[in-house]
Amino acid sequence: MIQREKVYKYIFAGLAFTSLIFLIGITIVLFKEGLPMFKEVGLFEFLGGKYWYPTYEPPDFGILPLILGSFLVTLGALFICVPLGVGSALYINEIATGRQKTILKPLIEILAGIPSIVYGFFGMVVVAPFLQELLGLPVGQTAFTGSLMLGIMATPTVCSISEDALSFVPKSFRYASFATGANRWQTLTKVIIPSAGSGISTAIILGMSRAVGETMTVLMVTGGAAVIPHSIFQPVRTMTATIAAEMGETVLGSNHYHALFAIGLILFLITLIFNIIAELISRRFRIKLGLGR
Amino acid sequence: MKNIGKLLLAITLIAGLMIPAFAESITIKGSTTVYPIAQATAEKFMDMYPEVRISVQGGGSGFGIAAIIDGTTDIGDASRPIKDKEIKKALNKGADPKAHVVALDGIAVVVNPSNSVSALTKQQIKDIYTGKISNWSGAGGSGGQIVVISRDSSSGTFETFNKLALDKEKVRPDALLQASNQAVATTVAKTPGAIGYVGLGYLTSKVKGVDVNGVEPTKDTVRSGEYPLARPLFMYTNGPAKGVVKKYLDFVTSSEGQRLAEKEGYVGLK
Repeated sequence: MIQREKVYKYIFAGLAFTSLIFLIGITIVLFKEGLPMFKEVGLFEFLGGKYWYPTYEPPDFGILPLILGSFLVTLGALFICVPLGVGSALYINEIATGRQKTILKPLIEILAGIPSIVYGFFGMVVVAPFLQELLGLPVGQTAFTGSLMLGIMATPTVCSISEDALSFVPKSFRYASFATGANRWQTLTKVIIPSAGSGISTAIILGMSRAVGETMTVLMVTGGAAVIPHSIFQPVRTMTATIAAEMGETVLGSNHYHALFAIGLILFLITLIFNIIAELISRRFRIKLGLGR
Repeated sequence: MKNIGKLLLAITLIAGLMIPAFAESITIKGSTTVYPIAQATAEKFMDMYPEVRISVQGGGSGFGIAAIIDGTTDIGDASRPIKDKEIKKALNKGADPKAHVVALDGIAVVVNPSNSVSALTKQQIKDIYTGKISNWSGAGGSGGQIVVISRDSSSGTFETFNKLALDKEKVRPDALLQASNQAVATTVAKTPGAIGYVGLGYLTSKVKGVDVNGVEPTKDTVRSGEYPLARPLFMYTNGPAKGVVKKYLDFVTSSEGQRLAEKEGYVGLK
């Protein structure tokens, strides 16, 4: 028996480390294929350039419009997924009856299971024309349309992690609060939310990294104009959409190819920073509640 | 354990029996424009010769030609001729890409059906796409902002349009970018002030194809060479086509193969 246990231990250890191998592999490839770009174009020229004309002679490799596009769409998505996600988490955890909870939670999780291309198609064929008509815009595919779709897509992530954070708040906190004579609202705003605050922040940051990395939907609904946006009701192009639209047709090993990898590298670093921040906050949260680690 | 051994033996035997059934196989990779032609002709060809198996993949013209250079495919589809850079790369790797024209593709300039404009000159199209004209009143229309819709700058359709219609000038940076012919058609159909361009096969009643330099975008005008925005489509092989690959390419250019290409919305060679 002991022998067999050892074998299982090694098998599972191996499996656990497989993802590490993938992570290292992807990181190496991103650096190897992305870094040659900076020999052609300086880092600041690449990050600060205002024009993206990768296939012309001479080409322009400026990704500032793409970074700002991603930033604008993600920021807009936050304004939608935070109230929706945190709001539904509060409702599920605090107010909903057991029956409502068993219906609501799985339903919200189904939202997370819808493929992003379906959101994209829905956004392109239904939401974009609707917004165009409603707001009298020249074209319906705008940063706002993208934000709306991404906001809805990120809601399940934000809701589900916030709900976990809320449920981690020990019952004793609540009882103590009630015992001092606080009502439900005071308990919620003064005790529960502050205690779960860093967990909710983690949820928001993870929702944000989901939004910034989403590709198919934004490719289909934001219009894809590579200009520095002046308004949220204007077509924009994100970094992910650029990679997805152009990688298939680019010449292997060309500057354009390396430029796309360099965009991928920058995107990877951005989401890495988000995830590290989320991890740090969640660690603080666990210590605060006495959950260890 | 004994059972597993038997199972493995059985699987090996079955697999062994199946291999001769697909003695010959062809891999086709590349342009998404050529993909429907490759797919339709491959299906028909496999009906006629059940012993041949053909797998067709998209990926783009650049990918198709790169696959020919790297020797990872039998046929590389492309909606543009091979570039000098790619020829150099092929020479370095000892590959010898050979082009076979398999069909013609016309690029139709499309506007929303509600637009009063139904003819444009090549110059007007160029001015609209480069940003010199930004209101429909400047192009013979009844006014309103022009919403310029283009393809991602690395697609074969964009490259051909850029060369044939824009003389390689830059498209205005705020042009909308769509990732497929279908997406361009859908957006133009839903946006009153829009102008876009698609392969002739994507010309439906939901969008209006405009006359270019007075020539209507039809199969006949593409074939006769009158329509200015037309291009040939290619299948590349490494060296001259041989054996079953040659048999397949001959089938594609045969009247039956061309009929299939037309059914997919392209223009036959004859």
